[in-house]
Amino acid sequence: MALLKINNLVKSYKEAGGILKGVSLDVHKGEVIVILGPSGCGKSTLLRCINGLESIQGGEILLDGEVISNRKNDMHLIRQKIGMVFQSYDLFPNLTVLKNILLGPVKAQKRDKAEVTAQAEKLLERVGLLDRKDSYPRQLSGGQKQRVAIVRALCMNPEILLFDEVTAALDPEMVREVLDVMMDLAKEGRTMLIVTHQLEFARAVADRIVFIDEGVIVEEAKPEEFFTNPKTERAKKFLDAFKFEKRVTYAEMI
Amino acid sequence: MDFNFIKEVIPLYVEATWLTLRIGFIGIILSFITGIFCAVVRYWKIPVLNVIVRVYTEISRNTPLLIQLFFLYFALPRLGVKLSGEQCGIIGLTFLGGSYMAETFRSSLETVGRPQLESGMCVGLNKIQLVRYVVLPQALSVSVPGLVANIIFLLKETSVFSAVALADLMYVAKDLIGLYYKTEESLFLLVIAYFIILLPISLLSRFIEKRLRYGQFGNS
Amino acid sequence: MDSSEILNALSTAFSVLFKGKNFVRLLGGLGVTIWIAALSVALSLVLGFLFGIVMNIKNRAVKVVCGIYLEFMRIMPQMVLLFLAYFGITHVFGISISGEAASIIVFTLWGTAEMGDLVRGALQSIPLHQYESGRAIGLTERQIFFYIIIPQTVKRLVPLSMNLITRMIKTTSLVVFVGVIEVVKIGQQIIEANRLTIPTASIAVYGLIFFMYFIVCWPLSLAADKIEKKQKM
Repeated sequence: MALLKINNLVKSYKEAGGILKGVSLDVHKGEVIVILGPSGCGKSTLLRCINGLESIQGGEILLDGEVISNRKNDMHLIRQKIGMVFQSYDLFPNLTVLKNILLGPVKAQKRDKAEVTAQAEKLLERVGLLDRKDSYPRQLSGGQKQRVAIVRALCMNPEILLFDEVTAALDPEMVREVLDVMMDLAKEGRTMLIVTHQLEFARAVADRIVFIDEGVIVEEAKPEEFFTNPKTERAKKFLDAFKFEKRVTYAEMI
Repeated sequence: MDFNFIKEVIPLYVEATWLTLRIGFIGIILSFITGIFCAVVRYWKIPVLNVIVRVYTEISRNTPLLIQLFFLYFALPRLGVKLSGEQCGIIGLTFLGGSYMAETFRSSLETVGRPQLESGMCVGLNKIQLVRYVVLPQALSVSVPGLVANIIFLLKETSVFSAVALADLMYVAKDLIGLYYKTEESLFLLVIAYFIILLPISLLSRFIEKRLRYGQFGNS
Repeated sequence: MDSSEILNALSTAFSVLFKGKNFVRLLGGLGVTIWIAALSVALSLVLGFLFGIVMNIKNRAVKVVCGIYLEFMRIMPQMVLLFLAYFGITHVFGISISGEAASIIVFTLWGTAEMGDLVRGALQSIPLHQYESGRAIGLTERQIFFYIIIPQTVKRLVPLSMNLITRMIKTTSLVVFVGVIEVVKIGQQIIEANRLTIPTASIAVYGLIFFMYFIVCWPLSLAADKIEKKQKM
């Protein structure tokens, strides 16, 4: 049975209209799915719907067989099972790195502080930031903040991890350090749903590529197939946008 | 300048300063409480109270304290409610200050912004925990410059208390000028008195603003 | 007092407004308030704008002088400033100055300081790249200032100035203390004249004055809020 099941998800805004027009997706435990698509196609919205940050207007989302869509009262309990990392990291500026990580597990999950601290420190060491555990977010670089955000999500012991264009706001040098962490998690067998524009990374890390355009899943395939032999016109057009023909130099023209 | 005169009347000024500070601070604290209440009502959009708070804010922001005091002190007795000068001062100050504090608190609550809320939600915090651990700490530090500005504003407004027969600084100064014609000395002490009350707070607010701008203002 | 007595008090109170020329006199008083405010505002806007530009001059002495002026105007309650002008000028210069004149001087000085600070803030909030973009397309510093910076500054200033104007109008209520015959003074005269016949007059008079200030200030506040919201978009 799938860990996460999305059935015919419909999401529309009053002003903007329909964003997702019937998306169905099954995510199995240990799978890494990368969602690709042009801007505005609804990729981020899809993740936000899964995590209950947006309400849905049709269809349903099931986690472990339980319906989690449009839940009003105890969504915060469900969110403890879903880890999410944002493009803008959104660490709490008034807390140190360690306290940022501990807030959820200790206050929301009511776990033992010592146990969580041990887990947090182990994870911080894994991403190379143990020495910064008492720093404040404003003292860290973008890449460091993002790695902390990932550790914060991991410490909740979630069943599935959602990544929403997490490297989009980073300088190129820092992108790699974050992608390395994500690759590590994938190798470990985590269930991950990744929205990104990093095509090379997508090709390397994904078990499946899901291509969304204008609110529907247009193509779904294994990475090799998708990148070398896209089956639909829209997918081809999307991939072509990343290719440039080498310009004929002035010298060669003469 | 007649320094002997100054020496003689200083006790009067001290007394008046003390009165101003006393009523001022009670008014300020009550304004705080009113302000927090109103800000929370507006933030969570609590149905009926929301409208009342909005009406209150508009009325309070658009009428002078002096007129509010006149109404409290001269008109209300005709309706059977008799208030002392001090009570009028406190009520007037609270009425005026409450809406200013509310505005400061409300805008600082809004600075916390949706991404922070979503971040907190994603680590599984419920509504109450969100407010306690994410919203309030951030809102409080952002609101400090505005709060201090409001305090200064309210302390300045206390200068109209002589309208309700309170022996405040203006009253003392006017009296002395009228009785002894010692205009220079009276005005000099008046200015000094207000400087002593307000300059420290004004400098403190500059210091806080500088420190906050350097300190807490890193986004995530 | 029970409710019927209260209603009675209210109805008799408001009758004073219809007696004779009372209402017209009150309106006249409001007119005095408005013209003092309007003149002060007009002068403050112009002088304040210039002052704000002066405040941005990169000269140490200029900054110190401007700073002292600004701080003094801000720290001193307006009442104190009025007293200083009204009693102080008479004492120091020996000339007898009217309440209106003292008020206009004080409000203009205060308004200029506040407006100047707003202008300074608005000028500083213009991002550096506006200047750089201007230079990049080859404009002179003066052209950049007039065609790019000033229009944007004025735009930002609109809601803030309206805010200041509202505050200035409310503060004009203080001029009654320096002997100006404006709406509050006239109101007090009416109350006094009717002390025996309509003892509850104060309710109506102060209620009306309260309402008058509200009617003048509220539209300005609302407009300022709307403009500010629009600009934030």
